[in-house]
Amino acid sequence: MKHYAYYPGCSLHATAADYDVSARAVMNHLDISYSELDDWNCCGATALASDSYLFSLLAPARNLALAGGDKGDMVVACNACYVAEKRALKAFKEGGEWSKRITEGLLRIDKEIDDDVEVLHLLQVLVNEVGLEEIENRAVCNLEGLKLAPYYGCQYSRPETEGIHPESPMDLERLLEVTGAEVLDFNKKTRCCGSSLMSTKEEHALRLCGEILKEADYMHADAIVVTCPLCQLNLDAFQPRVNGLLGTDYRIPVLFFTQVVGLALGLDPKALGIGKQLTSCSGFLEKYRKGA
Amino acid sequence: MTHKTRVVRQEDLDPGFFDFFTSLPGGEQILSCIQCGTCSGSCPFANDMDHTPRAIIAMMRAGMVEDVLNSTTPYYCASCYSCAARCPRDINITEVMYLLKNISQLKGKYGSFYSIFGALTRRYGRMFEGELMLRAMLKTDPLKLPGFTPLGIRMFLKGKLKPLPSLIAGRGELQRLYDYAQEAGSVGREVGS
Repeated sequence: MKHYAYYPGCSLHATAADYDVSARAVMNHLDISYSELDDWNCCGATALASDSYLFSLLAPARNLALAGGDKGDMVVACNACYVAEKRALKAFKEGGEWSKRITEGLLRIDKEIDDDVEVLHLLQVLVNEVGLEEIENRAVCNLEGLKLAPYYGCQYSRPETEGIHPESPMDLERLLEVTGAEVLDFNKKTRCCGSSLMSTKEEHALRLCGEILKEADYMHADAIVVTCPLCQLNLDAFQPRVNGLLGTDYRIPVLFFTQVVGLALGLDPKALGIGKQLTSCSGFLEKYRKGA
Repeated sequence: MTHKTRVVRQEDLDPGFFDFFTSLPGGEQILSCIQCGTCSGSCPFANDMDHTPRAIIAMMRAGMVEDVLNSTTPYYCASCYSCAARCPRDINITEVMYLLKNISQLKGKYGSFYSIFGALTRRYGRMFEGELMLRAMLKTDPLKLPGFTPLGIRMFLKGKLKPLPSLIAGRGELQRLYDYAQEAGSVGREVGS
């Protein structure tokens, strides 16, 4: 099997430590061969371009140069890192003015990007490279009875990901169906959560989170399942502030897809970081235990 | 969004700005805009902006440089790429907003969150979220700080906020990349010079 360069990104070492723990647990359990990319740096997410447009391409380009070859393709867990790394790779491959400057810049630090390096989201690795059949065979725990709202946020499928519809990706649904859970047809699945505007324009971002929570609540979701640490933070940690602003009383657990898949694989909820959420998961876990 | 009728005077326009913008790699995309407004209709923040994305492109064409650079529009862009995915002319409007953010940043607008983000990336190599939030809030709205303390404490107790930044060995490399970016002409440099 292929070897991957795992790029956790800054959030997975802090606000989304439970994503990192569950991602590693699932990768280990599924015998995915990976090593954490050595000395990786912040990708700049969507913020760095405002500070320096060229540096917002060069910072992720350094990570690309660290991956590739024996190190393997870069597997990314965070949507913002995923889009930042893909953006730099696209600019590099297009061969225009920015490409020239990326190459020149990297030359200053004696690095270059391997032409064959690819950037993959961890969800794609599970669905396409490990395969749904394999995961289904390995699953020991049926999550029947749990209603899950799949939520991708923006940057998994947009601006463009080959083979994926920008507004209606299906990878998460297909993966979650393998667990036996009821996967909801969640029409807010690629609607924006407000991302970093939670820091700069909080009220506006809270309203967007409110729309997503409202839909999940209406569909009686037991949990929203996400692929991005920033979506998780906004929907989970800021849920009480959404309630405060809108006069609602949402208490919907927000889990990473790796945590839900981990449960189906028979891993211990604690070992998957379930319980680290700020919105309590106890109702979800109770239902899970009844079924399991 | 405000609708004010205002007379724009010829002498206040700067047609050179459009030429400058479209000369940037990536900036030339706006030449193919047909003003259909799909971007504005797709944007989750269009109602909060002072000008919609479509209007910003029209204003750039007209040379309304001051209005464009003082607009809140780029700072409401959350990089959701809905506009980019739907544009019938395949314009990556999110990238257009990045270019605009970079240009207006140089003029000192709305920038503190982004400049602190940039400074921390270079200093540590990785983002130190606690310091970013604290410094951004102190600079923009210190009165909000007490309201966030309980959330901060809960996150800390859940192990979601680290007390110290993590430093990478390649910090010097990042600084050299940044120095190169300043030299080789990031967008800002071209505007500033």
